Amino acid sequence: MELLEFARGPALTFAISVFIAGVVFRIVSLFLMWRTRDSSEGSPRQRSVVLAALRELGRRMWPFAPYRQRTLFALINGYVFHIGLALIVFFLAAHILFIDDLLGLSWPSLPNNVIYAISVITAVSLIAALAMRVANPPQRIISTFDDYFSWFVTFLPVVTGIIATSHLGARYETLLGLHILSVALFLVWLPFGKLMHWFLVFVTRSQTGAHLSHRGAQL
Amino acid sequence: MSDNQRGPRGPAQTPARNTSQTLGEMLAERGVSRRSFLKFASYTASIMALPPTAATAIAQGLAAARRQSVIWLSFQECTGCTESITRAYSPSIEDLIFDFISLDYHHTLQNASGHAAEAAREAAMRENAGEYIVVVDGSVPLKDDGIYSTIAGISNLQMLQETVKDAFAVIAVGSCAAFGGIPGANPNPTGAVPISEIVTDKPLINISGCPPIAEAMTGTIAYLLSFGSIPELDHLGRPKAFFGEAIHDRCYRRPFYERGMFAKSFDDEGARQGWCLFEVGCKGPVTYNACATLKWNGGVSFPIQSGHGCLGCSEPGFWDLGGFYKPLSTAKGDPLKWAAGAAIAGAALGVGSAAIARSRRKKALKAAAPATPKALEKEK
Repeated sequence: MELLEFARGPALTFAISVFIAGVVFRIVSLFLMWRTRDSSEGSPRQRSVVLAALRELGRRMWPFAPYRQRTLFALINGYVFHIGLALIVFFLAAHILFIDDLLGLSWPSLPNNVIYAISVITAVSLIAALAMRVANPPQRIISTFDDYFSWFVTFLPVVTGIIATSHLGARYETLLGLHILSVALFLVWLPFGKLMHWFLVFVTRSQTGAHLSHRGAQL
Repeated sequence: MSDNQRGPRGPAQTPARNTSQTLGEMLAERGVSRRSFLKFASYTASIMALPPTAATAIAQGLAAARRQSVIWLSFQECTGCTESITRAYSPSIEDLIFDFISLDYHHTLQNASGHAAEAAREAAMRENAGEYIVVVDGSVPLKDDGIYSTIAGISNLQMLQETVKDAFAVIAVGSCAAFGGIPGANPNPTGAVPISEIVTDKPLINISGCPPIAEAMTGTIAYLLSFGSIPELDHLGRPKAFFGEAIHDRCYRRPFYERGMFAKSFDDEGARQGWCLFEVGCKGPVTYNACATLKWNGGVSFPIQSGHGCLGCSEPGFWDLGGFYKPLSTAKGDPLKWAAGAAIAGAALGVGSAAIARSRRKKALKAAAPATPKALEKEK
């Protein structure tokens, strides 16, 4: 019980505070960073900045024709675990209660067993993502600690959540405590690694699109 | 047996007791048939999850048991535990056992008062050294030399240490004695501690609950009398027979939990239909007690059946679990209490780091020698 109390109390308060401070820090420092203006005229084929940004956002949501064969699985798998994670986080009754208590917002939930099935699919999908990273030599070579640790802190809450809801191995309070602690770890790490794409994915992709378009890339 | 048929309760005024009579003899004397006695033995064996053969052992053990001296110490408590045990179900026999034990000291139930009461305790300790059982309800204050609770001018700590010295076993009854309970709840002004923090060299059984189920208390005492040993305990020192399973796992409303059918408030349709009370703060999933199986008042009902979520009263620190009506899956306290501060700190750090980066850039540009033809000449 002490573990659960620690997790629900000080650990969660600390994690949420670090999460907020870290995210604000990353965003503010990023947008106040000195940016050297690209004074070059740019390619005659360049599009307007907004259009180029939007095109890049759309393009990356779909398989890129020349590499379709090679990237299709990774792309579909990416969709599977992203949608899975969103459904788990936002549609499990217990999670909605947590959000309602925190922010006063609530909405209908999905049945526990549906979320349970989604969690298992998500966990398998995350394992597949890791397997692809390790099995593919170029990807393995460019992978850093951030890649593996970000995967780990994402995978951990999914697995501890599955174990907690199925009451496996230990007492429920211990399992729930571990689950909440794993979420705390996720929140603490989020602003400082690649998980920051929670907030920056559209910013970075827009920037890339604008930059490529300026150089005249026709994608 | 109805109330008015019961014999007088509580200890006699003098500590000298007839300890030669066995329980079997006493029951026979009071007209309890062997059949009802065996029924009680099998009931006790079954609620304690003992094998059927244990019923005979209990019957034999109890029948041959001699009057057991019990000293009941009440410290920082509310007497709710005593209220509960005096309402034990199947009263005919458990009641008699309660009469049978020689309750030599108990504030609420004893007739003696003042010096005579303390003399009874001291006499019982002297006469039954090494054999008496000490039952404690209430926590012990340690702050400021324990002045917050004294009896006959003796601090609770001192009385406990003194009394336990020659005891055979100690039973901490109720969540205050077992875990500190309400006196030990935040901010714990009296420095209250559970009995387990003071009694470390004697067999100790915790029977937690606020109050504990009567059968958990009488069952444990019956076990001690029958077998002369301590029943199997969980990691918190509680008899596994009563505290082995979570209320949630034995709750008749569990199927609603699995189906996601929850009462959202105490007067909505879900509440009227008897759906799961998880969302209105039920602590059943993390509470280990026999409420869902033994129930209360002779199996009539228990809190969840009456429409209120479990408070988790048999668990350590239940008072400080973050609110009786807050669902278990929510954060405890206000996790956003530092949110504004964190956002400001993050923004300040962001502005600061950007400013430092910009000033470094400026300095570097300044420091770099301007690329004049002369300077380039020099570099050559």
